[in-house]
Amino acid sequence: MLLWTIIKVALKSLLANKLRTLLAMLGIIIGVGAVISMLALGAGAKKQIMERITAMGTNLLVVRPGGERRGGVRSGSRESLTIKDAQAIISTIDGIAAVSPLVRGRAQVTYYNENVNTTISGAALTYFDIRNFEIDKGRGLTANEEKRTSRVAILGANTAELLFKNQNPIDEHIRIKNVNFKVVGVLKPKGDQGWFNPDEIVVVPYPTAMKQLFGQAHLNEIDIKAAPDANLKRVEDDISKLLRKRHRIIDDAENDFHVRNQAEIIDMASTFTRTFTILLGGIASISLIVGGIGIMNIMLVTVTERTREIGIRKAIGAKDRDILRQFLLESILISAIGGLLGIVTGFAAAIALKEFTNFQTVIETSSIVLSLSVSTSVGIFFGYYPALRAARLDPITALRYE
Amino acid sequence: MIKANNLHKTYHLGETLVTALAGLDIAIDAGEMVAITGPSGSGKSTLMHILGCLDTPDEGKYVLAGDDVSSLSKDRLAVIRNQKIGFVFQSFNLLPRISALENVELPLLYAGNKEASAVATQALETVGLSDRMAHEPNQLSGGQRQRVAVARAIVTNPAIILADEPIGNLDTKTGDEILSLFQELNANGRTIILVTHDSHVSSYCGRQIHIRDGKVEEGY
Repeated sequence: MLLWTIIKVALKSLLANKLRTLLAMLGIIIGVGAVISMLALGAGAKKQIMERITAMGTNLLVVRPGGERRGGVRSGSRESLTIKDAQAIISTIDGIAAVSPLVRGRAQVTYYNENVNTTISGAALTYFDIRNFEIDKGRGLTANEEKRTSRVAILGANTAELLFKNQNPIDEHIRIKNVNFKVVGVLKPKGDQGWFNPDEIVVVPYPTAMKQLFGQAHLNEIDIKAAPDANLKRVEDDISKLLRKRHRIIDDAENDFHVRNQAEIIDMASTFTRTFTILLGGIASISLIVGGIGIMNIMLVTVTERTREIGIRKAIGAKDRDILRQFLLESILISAIGGLLGIVTGFAAAIALKEFTNFQTVIETSSIVLSLSVSTSVGIFFGYYPALRAARLDPITALRYE
Repeated sequence: MIKANNLHKTYHLGETLVTALAGLDIAIDAGEMVAITGPSGSGKSTLMHILGCLDTPDEGKYVLAGDDVSSLSKDRLAVIRNQKIGFVFQSFNLLPRISALENVELPLLYAGNKEASAVATQALETVGLSDRMAHEPNQLSGGQRQRVAVARAIVTNPAIILADEPIGNLDTKTGDEILSLFQELNANGRTIILVTHDSHVSSYCGRQIHIRDGKVEEGY
């Protein structure tokens, strides 16, 4: 029998039982819809995280004290980095655009009776460029302020909001650890990064932070921006070599510092989001399987109900495979049409999630192709057994069936 | 047209073994109109199933229109049923929800005939239903339904038409019309076998074959 004729026959019998067909489809619709929206949620989370990692700075290398983490413990001193290390990096290594020493600590910041406990970053004037901060109001740091250990501060967007509400903070004086600082600038917000909120910081010149706030001679971090055309891996190796030499680390002894580049951070984040996506998609696929079982159930009922029809078809010359194809096509149609409706549902769910919650969703073409092919395979897999039962019916028994 | 020798068929009915055919011989020539009669349990239905290639004998040889069909595969039997046999059943056995024309087209579609519609229209004209082709079975009277079934039986131009109690569900007048239709088809050269226990039906036929205890009863 021609394929088009079989499709027509299958469509007709599906339409003859609209409610039942719809209920059988519903499982697939929900399954595909869930897979699409969950994968969209995963892709959205990935996009969001990647955007925020990029917001931390491009071509970024971060040097921190302490060796590579081994079983949760860092080897080496926590006080191994110095200003001289930072100066040596910028003066001897090629392919570096900017370097900023960084000291960091938490402190109480007050303005009249408003106060907030937050992270104080002592940084160089290049810090804002390295970390992709933009100035919203006022200005950044100057070389003079760095040299003279001036008591000036630049506030993160949230900190400014908390301390000053709607007031203009520029040229106002705040107190950090009971030391007076003049506010010279406010940063544009970047958005929470989960483990660290860059909008809550207060930036002061690093010599001021070291001498007047935290009384420390070592750095907590050196932030480096590589030149746009530089090879990050090579720069990272050069920094390692230089610091090993400067710290007099012999032969195969372990580093007392570690260098992270942004590629590694992105790598880590993608591993995380991939796991997240697989988890969500996996849970959603279970509903697809349940939908498939629904189809199988309906098809078994249909085959029993249409036993006589099968007998008639066989008597007038249908071969087993004609019957098999006819019933298989019915279940494929249920699952394929269900799959298409499921895609529409998934789109709607993804858009609704985006509109009504603060989740990001991104629908990828691959997830549409995937769920359509999976749902059709579900139709074939779960429709095969009922179709086989129909095909194997004995024509005499089938004709006598009441 | 039909030549069968020494047909045997036994069934398991629960624990007991039922002998339906016990060495039955039958021969029907082309162009005959034959009635196969017999009481229930005589093996009449089993014979019809074997002659209709819905079933195969345990033993014996059955030659239909020159082909030995005693032990063919299921698929080959389906092709024989499609091309050489036209069935007419007591309860019409039309497919619901599709038109009379589509019902008649069905055997041609399984045969892969590309002019199904034209051939089926012609068959419906032969049985006098050209004005009811678009109707679904439940919009037709019993007599009309059986005419559709006859049209479906003749549409592939088969070697034999096998009718099982074809007027069992019809009133006398309609039944007589259907029997006349069979006579007409027979007059045009078709071989027709009617399976019945109704002597009125068998009176329309040129010859009667009486079955008892799985054998043809001689001298009936």
